[in-house]
Amino acid sequence: MDNFVEGLSEVTCDVLVIGGGTAGPMAALKAKQKNPALNVVLLEKANVKRSGAICMGMDGLNNAVVPGYATPEQYTKEITIANDGIVDQAPVFKYASRCYDIIQELDRFGIRFQKNANGDFDLKKVHHLGTYVLPMPNGDTVKKALYRQIKRERILVSNRFMATRLLTASDGRIAGATAVNTRTAEFLVLRAKTVILCMGAAGRLGLPHSGYLFGTYENPTNSGDGYAMAYHAGAALANLECYQINPLIKDYNGPACAYVAGPFGAYTANSEGNRFIESDYWSGQMMQEFYNELQSGKGPVFLKLNHLHADTVGEIEEILHKVERPSRGRFHQARGTDYREKMIEMHISEIGFCSGHSASGVFVDEFARTTVPGLYAAGDMASVPHNYMLGAFTNGAVAGEHAAEVALETDLPDFDSEFVKAERKRVLAPTRREDGIPPNQLEYKTRRLVNDYLQPPKVTARMRIGQARLAEVRDDLETALVARNAHELMRSLEVSSILDCADMAAHASLFRTESRWGLYHNRVDYPKKDDDNWFCHTLLRKVDGRLVSEKRPIQPYIVPIENEERTAYDRLRVSNQA
Amino acid sequence: MPLAFSPTTVPVVVDEAKCIADKGCTVCVDVCPLDVLRISDLTGKAHMKFDECWYCMPCEKDCPTGAVTVNIPYLLR
Ligand SMILES: Cc1cc2nc3c(=O)[nH]c(=O)nc-3n(C[C@H](O)[C@H](O)[C@H](O)COP(=O)(O)OP(=O)(O)OC[C@H]3O[C@@H](n4cnc5c(N)ncnc54)[C@H](O)[C@@H]3O)c2cc1C
Ligand code: SF4
Ligand code: SF4
Repeated sequence: MDNFVEGLSEVTCDVLVIGGGTAGPMAALKAKQKNPALNVVLLEKANVKRSGAICMGMDGLNNAVVPGYATPEQYTKEITIANDGIVDQAPVFKYASRCYDIIQELDRFGIRFQKNANGDFDLKKVHHLGTYVLPMPNGDTVKKALYRQIKRERILVSNRFMATRLLTASDGRIAGATAVNTRTAEFLVLRAKTVILCMGAAGRLGLPHSGYLFGTYENPTNSGDGYAMAYHAGAALANLECYQINPLIKDYNGPACAYVAGPFGAYTANSEGNRFIESDYWSGQMMQEFYNELQSGKGPVFLKLNHLHADTVGEIEEILHKVERPSRGRFHQARGTDYREKMIEMHISEIGFCSGHSASGVFVDEFARTTVPGLYAAGDMASVPHNYMLGAFTNGAVAGEHAAEVALETDLPDFDSEFVKAERKRVLAPTRREDGIPPNQLEYKTRRLVNDYLQPPKVTARMRIGQARLAEVRDDLETALVARNAHELMRSLEVSSILDCADMAAHASLFRTESRWGLYHNRVDYPKKDDDNWFCHTLLRKVDGRLVSEKRPIQPYIVPIENEERTAYDRLRVSNQA
Repeated sequence: MPLAFSPTTVPVVVDEAKCIADKGCTVCVDVCPLDVLRISDLTGKAHMKFDECWYCMPCEKDCPTGAVTVNIPYLLR
């Protein structure tokens, strides 16, 4: 294993789904169910059995819109306000209207959600305004349940293939993708009528404070390949300056976790043990308050559980140490930390792109369509804000169904064989060198520069220096990157995605000359929110080989927002504090 | 520019007495999302080849004989 094998194969299908984590399996399932005659391929860099953010399971649905607790209108309003108004409401409203069906379907798959004595779903309040969190006491069953469905529907799964670029036809339609085997470096051309991108967040953009490249909040397989591929195919990417930054346990880089422990009475506190934010729901405004407290004389910040009854803490541990990030208990044990006795030190994560938690993604409409005909995106990498796991499932379903319909009416598009030849050369270049810089060093340097120059608070002059330094790293990548085996080749290609994402982060951040979304886009030299000029989306795309940003108006709201409601998330600081 | 050999202590350890890779098992290698485990040509047992771990634990959970232990990577401990 890992030795280079020369090889070039071609596969043809109707619907190609790339990324088999959360959104991908659901997209493939729905495409196949829509029309069982279709040939659906699910391509995955890791192994669909255990891939993606949910590889071990999940603690709960963070944003379930369940009748009796919330309406699609309320949810759409909450997300619009939480995202500072920069929201096209149609896809959010569609998600909110559809997600209850998906919850019931997942329940039938065997993923059990928390129910009360009457057998009804039992939701908890974590958001600032409404009630949307549905615990999953058996959240470790998610992947198994999905995998059973994939097998049942006879979807063709290709594991250990990393997609590298998208193919487009002469008329601009999507035509497929190229991929490389991560254990042999064999090259694969996949032709398809429609393609659905489900490659997760760009989780390896910033460097965690520990310096460990893989100690990220996101599953590190999600290195931003989807963002890079969409960019190179000419698709528009929305609001990339609205980074993902999360409050995490210091050094562990797992969620702290407000959604699980909050409903039991735990909260985020400063070193005096006092609450300083009204709502622990993750928003840019909340992260700004978190950052301020962290930097203040009352820092650092802690997760506080030691005021709770020992049995309650036991119940929380039972969830936190078993399902989503089960090595958390070991981390605390090794340091002798007991939730019952001490508050737990927290910190902020490295930066990334993610719409699952924030709002930075490939632009999509309410049918999960990108701006490239025949190309769809769903999950963390698509621009529907704050959509979390249930958003990945629901929008994956929307994408799968629509892509299946379109595939039926489409002939297999042509593709440019010269492009494939050039791409194969690009992909394999690090394997052709005898000597040079290994991917781990190039990656460390890129991500260290991201931390030094691109993470907020953002400063114009600093970001410009960052761009210049990143350009030097790009030269090294193009002329000196060396991979000694297929595994290192995968890492090399990941560095190329990370570098593309870093360039996009800098470009998008410089374009929006105001501050918005709290910490996510805190531009120190443009400290004010400027609704007159910047109450709009920004779209970034590749034009003639260069990054180009433009403004895009926000579509008229379906659910109106009153003026005093607009600023609800600006008032998160506990009012009796300075 | 010759490459140096820099040692790191790996977070995932395999109890060779319990590992049945020599009987054809490759479960941990198959499921790891980061693809960092391999069966050693020398010992015929599973081991961590690349220090690129998310300490997520499918390898430990899915191993049929309980041979795998995931520790927190040293830099985070
Ligand atoms: C630690 C953690 C805790 C979370 N907790 C919660 C929670 O409690 N509740 C909640 O609702 N949400 C939670 N979330 C968010 C939720 O898990 C995500 O929003 C959701 O799973 C994203 O789904 P996805 O399909 O977009 O990405 P993923 O499920 O991550 O799937 C992406 C897939 O793409 C594959 N891939 C990447 N690049 C390539 C490539 N080049 N070629 C082929 N395949 C590729 C990856 O291997 C991966 O399998 C959490 C996330 C994390 C990281
Ligand atoms: S899963 Fe367990 S028994 Fe199988 S190869 Fe890995 S360590 Fe050995
Ligand atoms: S803990 Fe996760 S990343 Fe580390 S070896 Fe096991 S499966 Fe792989």
